[in-house]
Amino acid sequence: MRVVVDLSRCQGYAQCAFLAPDVFRMHGEEALMYDPNPDDARRDQVLRAAAACPVQAILVDQLEGRDAPAEASPS
Amino acid sequence: MTSADNLQAFKREGRIVVVGASLAGLRAAEALREEGFTGSLTMIGDELGEPYDRPPLSKQVLTGWVPAENTKLPRRREVDAEWLLGVPASGLDLATNHVRLADGREVPFDRVLISTGVRGRPWFVESEAALDGVFVVRTREHAAGLQRALAAGPSRVLVIGAGFTGSEIASICRERDIPVTVAELAPAPLVGALGAMIGEVAADMQRAHGVDLRCGVKVTRLEGDAQGRLRRAHFDDGSTIDTDVAVVALGGVRNTDWLQGSGLAAGVWGIACDTGCRALDLNGLVTDDVFAAGDVARCPNPIYEYRLISLEHWANAVEQAEVAAHNMVSGQADRWPHLSIPRFWSIQFGVNIKSVGVPTFADEVVVTQGSVPDHRFVAAYGYRGRVTAAVSFNNAKWLDHYQALIETAAPSPPPCPAPDQPADAKPVPVDFPGPTLLAQGATVVVTGHDPSERRVTAAYQHR
Repeated sequence: MRVVVDLSRCQGYAQCAFLAPDVFRMHGEEALMYDPNPDDARRDQVLRAAAACPVQAILVDQLEGRDAPAEASPS
Repeated sequence: MTSADNLQAFKREGRIVVVGASLAGLRAAEALREEGFTGSLTMIGDELGEPYDRPPLSKQVLTGWVPAENTKLPRRREVDAEWLLGVPASGLDLATNHVRLADGREVPFDRVLISTGVRGRPWFVESEAALDGVFVVRTREHAAGLQRALAAGPSRVLVIGAGFTGSEIASICRERDIPVTVAELAPAPLVGALGAMIGEVAADMQRAHGVDLRCGVKVTRLEGDAQGRLRRAHFDDGSTIDTDVAVVALGGVRNTDWLQGSGLAAGVWGIACDTGCRALDLNGLVTDDVFAAGDVARCPNPIYEYRLISLEHWANAVEQAEVAAHNMVSGQADRWPHLSIPRFWSIQFGVNIKSVGVPTFADEVVVTQGSVPDHRFVAAYGYRGRVTAAVSFNNAKWLDHYQALIETAAPSPPPCPAPDQPADAKPVPVDFPGPTLLAQGATVVVTGHDPSERRVTAAYQHR
């Protein structure tokens, strides 16, 4: 699954790092590092983390793999 | 037909082409569909593959945690577009409304969004740039290549340029216990973006983490061996270092070359546009059907005396793309201005550096809260007595407060909002290095006398 965090919005509350520690990690006191492509098995954890983010900075793919878009097409 | 009818017809069956299929282009495409645009949408991009996110490239990818190909951007919705990828646009014809591709194809449009972004500034000597072990980091492939080189355990890495990207890469080298030399022409890292005082803090951080930081020096030559592998770097003070990996982190070049001859106000600084993201032509007239967003757009910001500002910021690309998309399918009365306060972040040496506002738009800077030696503080920037920006080191929670000060033109220096007032909170001159880019001179000449004849023509410079 695909994830992106708007780090200009993130304030380092670290809720995500508690809820999905394999995906979101604190780096130093307040910087967040995350895996932008976590295993689908982590989906529930990641969705919980996204919902719990106090500043709503976590965006999870809305297409959930339905779409198979955009590989090269120099036709 | 009224213009409202025209607009409805355009939203229903018009043709929109987005040139530049990265963050800004993708978010604009999603926003166009969200706004109810059901016409044809074409995405043109020079890189193969789906749009991906760049900030992780100099962080999670280089640490080895995340493979470079795992950075594809999440989608907000389906965009139902035709994707023309792997071929760059090579021209824009505004007489016939076509985008020309490098392979000769012509793509017609009713409205076009330009979001071609920037590319990494290459090393200035081509044969040296081609040496095995010399990298820039802008694309997924660049990051994957550098990650492999770091994983191979180089004896030393040379980072040329101590801006944000260069500093982040130096930080990762130290995290991976790789010896690293950073060469910076300015007196300190980050000086160009944040000024001399913060630059000193950044220099201390680098040295405390074991970076061999050399400021005020220029790399004059990268020397390879007979196999074409990088071996040594020469500095303008006569010294040399042995190194097998060099990362050229000298900023970006805006991708506007393809717009030469288009008649748009496009150049080394980007594409000038109004706050509604409509591109200006060479004469400074607003165009109706050409829009710009993201790193390549140069947009006036009323808060900063309407100066034209281009930002290589993630959040700016997203917000500007949404405004551009909205305006592309809206009538004049419903259009939005892009009025956001810039936000930026960088993660290096375990410290979260964030800024709000435009720190270069300042004449003084003061530490308003926290402790500089602890690398946990906020500094506020002021220009002629009002707050114009703030930067935080491990203190991001306070930036909203400073944003409100900027938005209300609050007096500078501002009072400390928390109990952690620093002992010595005196404003100091902000001290940016000279605007060398400004010295490049004019890019246009004016011709004609009668108001109906006066026009500007481009005077492209030879460098």
